[in-house]
Amino acid sequence: MSETTTPVSEFAFSMKGISKTFGSVAANEEIDFEVRKGEIHALLGENGSGKSTLMNILSGIYQPDSGTVFVGGERKVFHSPKDSIQCGIGMVYQHFMLAEPLTAAENISVSTGGFFVHHKKESAAIRAFSEKYGMEIDPDKLTNQLSVSEKQTVEILKVLYRGARILVLDEPTAVLTPQEIRALFRVLRKMRDGGCSIVFISHKLNEVMELCDRVTVLRKGRSIETCDIKDIDAYELVEKMVGRKVDLSINRPIPKEDCKECLRIESLSLRDPDGYVKVNAASFTLNHGEILGVAGLAGSGQKELCEAIAGIAPVESGRIIFEGNDIAGKSPREIIRMGVSMSFIPEDRLGMGLVASMDITENILLKDYSFQPGVFLKTAPVREKAERIVKELEISTPGVHHPVRKLSGGNIQKVILGREIHLSPKLLITAYAVRGLDINSSYTIYNLLNEQKMKDVAILYIGEDLDVLLELCDRIMVLCAGEVTGIVDARSTTKEEIGQMMSGTRYEELKGGVDYVSNH
Amino acid sequence: MFQITKRDELPTWQGVLIRIGSILAGVLLASFIIAILGFDPVKTFAALIGGSFGSSSALINTVTIAIPLAITALGLAIAFRMKFWNIGGEGQIIMGCVFATFVSHNMPASTPGVVLILLMGVAGFLGGAIWALIPGLFRVYLRTNETLFTLMMNYIALCIVQYLHFVLWRDPAAKGFPKIKAIQEQAHLPMLFGVHIGFIVAIVLGVLVFLLIRKTKLGFEIRVVGESAPTANYAGINVRQVMLTGVILSGGIVGLAGMVKLAGAVYTLSPSITGNAGFTAIVIAWLSNLSAPIMLVVSVLIAALEQGSQVIQIKLNVPSAVAAVIQGLILMSALGGEFFLRYRIVRRKREQSKSQKGDA
Amino acid sequence: MDTSFVIATFIASAIAYSVSLLLGTLGELLTERAGHVNLGVEGMMLMGGACGYVTAVKTDNLLLALFAAAAGAALGALLYAILTVTLRANQNVSGLALTTFGAGLANTLGSTVAKSNTPDHITAFFSFHPFSLGDVQNPILRFLNVSLLSHDVFVYASILLAVFLSWFLFKTKEGLSLRMVGENPAAADASGVNVTRIKYMYILIGGMLCGLGGLYIPLVLQRTWHADITAGKGWIVVALVIFVRWHPIKAIGGAFVFGALSIVGMTIQQFTQISSLVIFNQYIMVMYPYVLTIIVLVITYARKKAWRGPSSVGNSYFREER
Repeated sequence: MSETTTPVSEFAFSMKGISKTFGSVAANEEIDFEVRKGEIHALLGENGSGKSTLMNILSGIYQPDSGTVFVGGERKVFHSPKDSIQCGIGMVYQHFMLAEPLTAAENISVSTGGFFVHHKKESAAIRAFSEKYGMEIDPDKLTNQLSVSEKQTVEILKVLYRGARILVLDEPTAVLTPQEIRALFRVLRKMRDGGCSIVFISHKLNEVMELCDRVTVLRKGRSIETCDIKDIDAYELVEKMVGRKVDLSINRPIPKEDCKECLRIESLSLRDPDGYVKVNAASFTLNHGEILGVAGLAGSGQKELCEAIAGIAPVESGRIIFEGNDIAGKSPREIIRMGVSMSFIPEDRLGMGLVASMDITENILLKDYSFQPGVFLKTAPVREKAERIVKELEISTPGVHHPVRKLSGGNIQKVILGREIHLSPKLLITAYAVRGLDINSSYTIYNLLNEQKMKDVAILYIGEDLDVLLELCDRIMVLCAGEVTGIVDARSTTKEEIGQMMSGTRYEELKGGVDYVSNH
Repeated sequence: MFQITKRDELPTWQGVLIRIGSILAGVLLASFIIAILGFDPVKTFAALIGGSFGSSSALINTVTIAIPLAITALGLAIAFRMKFWNIGGEGQIIMGCVFATFVSHNMPASTPGVVLILLMGVAGFLGGAIWALIPGLFRVYLRTNETLFTLMMNYIALCIVQYLHFVLWRDPAAKGFPKIKAIQEQAHLPMLFGVHIGFIVAIVLGVLVFLLIRKTKLGFEIRVVGESAPTANYAGINVRQVMLTGVILSGGIVGLAGMVKLAGAVYTLSPSITGNAGFTAIVIAWLSNLSAPIMLVVSVLIAALEQGSQVIQIKLNVPSAVAAVIQGLILMSALGGEFFLRYRIVRRKREQSKSQKGDA
Repeated sequence: MDTSFVIATFIASAIAYSVSLLLGTLGELLTERAGHVNLGVEGMMLMGGACGYVTAVKTDNLLLALFAAAAGAALGALLYAILTVTLRANQNVSGLALTTFGAGLANTLGSTVAKSNTPDHITAFFSFHPFSLGDVQNPILRFLNVSLLSHDVFVYASILLAVFLSWFLFKTKEGLSLRMVGENPAAADASGVNVTRIKYMYILIGGMLCGLGGLYIPLVLQRTWHADITAGKGWIVVALVIFVRWHPIKAIGGAFVFGALSIVGMTIQQFTQISSLVIFNQYIMVMYPYVLTIIVLVITYARKKAWRGPSSVGNSYFREER
């Protein structure tokens, strides 16, 4: 408990003794959290540490089981987001809260008062307002035509425009290039200097160190520490987050010399069902025993690329050559029948990959049942396999008949990873394998991937954290708007270089005519 | 202050209790409305129960009504498992009857009954299957919303049967009265215990549908497709093929329900042949949580309401439409009751002392 | 036979026929804009029709009848809203249950006035045609007079209502909030819009409009009550909302097209040489609105990059679950 000696009014808001329980899980226990006027305050913690719950309480989405919120020294009870908004609190969500077929201006102006909608007047006002903060946006554009960073700008404008003085940004940098992140930081500093208070939620320590004034660390639903950034370093922060010393370096074995080519993609193009081009003439190769990382902003074609290789998404043109056989346009079953063994771990595990309401056994059966003879389903042999996977990967579950939707994120990831690894694939495609996992589980996953790499499996690793990509992968391919802008050696490249390729600069332009790095 | 939170796990007995409780709440609500309408709810319900289960003839009538309802619900449930909103039961029943009638009208009078009945059964299945397959194809290949498509197919089927009834198949022997010729006599389903053998068909289908969904590879695929089409696609399931197979089975079984009603009970195709069974069966399937054995039981209960409604009209002069009011209310409270299966309402403690301390 | 007169009368009856469709469509449109598809339109139209008609027969007071129709249907809509908004029940099944319940209640209530006719004062009100030119000789004016200008106040009011709702949806903050709730309730909630209020309010108003549409059928078109008097109009309404792409102004045209198609078979019967063809048979022609709906449905969903209606339709919203 931090003792307050300063007068309450120095704080933009303070939350005291906040507790919130979901079922049997205590998400917040007696948390105290105070943010001063005119500061950028980092809220740090692992997935599941209670950051989101705490901020959802601040924004009126959840009501706390006990505890109090003070804004500007006054006690407040929020029954809905509306109450929180009226206190000048604005939340910028990680998953954007925008009505897509509406224009940016409509999304922004819905929360301002008045009875009539004056499209022109409001657009002009929004444009002028955004320029004041150095942000650029076309208010009349439909939201679904905006890029990810533009959408985020709209989200920030939405809360600023209605006069919010307290901003909460939930993992705002996850979807941005390094350059865009710098621009965002400029805007945030400008807001702070204008007297706004900003809560910056992130798990990227270097960003926190660079941007924030103070930091509060949460762990397992409790507040562990609040202090000035200048009084602490990154290692101490991690220790406080995880609760023990953690070696943050990822062990990266050197690939063997004589690795054969596993996958070759030749000018692959495809469109989504609405006809938009998602991957445009992508070409690359992937060797056995190597991890090829894929970097790029969200929605740059990673998902579609993976799905095309796995035979799920239709290919428009180009070739996908797996050990000499073209598998482009083949269905997953046909690919299996050709003797190709590959595994794909998609980004949204419960939306694609697993059936949320089915139990672990049935989910493992999903990849096995088609090889069973006859019309009837046999579950008995799969149950043993499920039990083995549960044991090997230390999945914590009441049993193999527990629905996967009730497992934690890390355990869900282990179920699908276990199932796929048990098929001993030659090619493993993982999309955002550690998304939503805590640090421990993440490192378990990295180790599992490295194990597979040493077994000569070719791994395509779609990632979002550039630091991890740089440490884990052998080579990194960068995608921008469905095009490959460069493939670089992960051991020698820099974040800046990757960032520029992520925003569309080709590697050749960057290096002036140097060819792609290949490891041959 | 009350607050809604999601439930983790619910013991089975508690789930059953909530379901029974919500149905009872529906009965209470219905009694209330019946009383407002100026009738005695106790007498009404007593007459309902007496009129549907009270005598062997009442029971026979109830089961006869239940047979097509149960078969239709079994068929629809297959589609619902795939999240294919087949609300075209009415149309599929009609088309099953149309096809079956066509067979009966066009086979020589010398055809043995068994052969004719089997042929009509196949025709009924085909009629329903085709009527479901059309929206199914559009859903699968062009992403057309099947809810409204199947709904429209009901009306098109109704228009067709009206055209047959008033124009094309109008029986000249009926002396100007618009009517389609009855099916051949040897095609009438045989009786067992006073009920036509459609009840055996319903029970056998109940077992088959249960086995299909729970124990076969196709059933597994149907469940996976329904839970998550992307996952099914990911696992190499041919989603289109599974969905079309499921839709054909669904529509076919519903069409068969029509044929069973035609050959077992009414013998004559008419625009009112469905008796709303296509819609009622949706209710049954949903109330039964799509479980085949439960559907058989619920069908009998809903049929009892319909059978009893005839009796209250005659005995108490209560309009038979009251049965629909009761049915609607029971379904609504059962639907509402599902909320309590998934969520619970907790009372939030107001910790006065604590929050005041915080003010300091 | 005077063909232009036949056509003018046909247009006039199509307009009269389409009033209930238009009102129902506007009601369902508001409901769907709030993210809820209510398949109970048929039930609500019947409830509104029965409550309104019973009141009309008992009191001969139009205002009371209108009020009763709106209130009766709103009761049905309220049940639907409690189920789907608060209790998060499946929208399709809830709507079907509402139709069963509404039809049952309406037929029970209606049976008390089954042999009555619309009383005098109300008949007189609907015989008043404010824009009628009276007896004109000029053929063009006569055509316009018969087809478009000889309608009761209710007809013009419902068209005005469509125009008003269009303005409301696209030019007011409340309309913007409503559209936002239908597209993304979580976003609306995060912007401080009271999602529950919006949903309840427009499901209820939508129900009221359906009820008024339902009342027009016994009160003006048939001037008596019989069981299931709406004869499937409520289902056409569900289709019409898609046909007009959730836009109130287009609902005017859409309702007219469907109204015309529904009765064209009767008119064509007067021309025996045409109606002997199967495709012009009256029993076949009543099929056309449904076929047309299917065609529109297919096109709406098959078109790439197209808006397919408010995207949250069918999903319940739970703030803590997003």
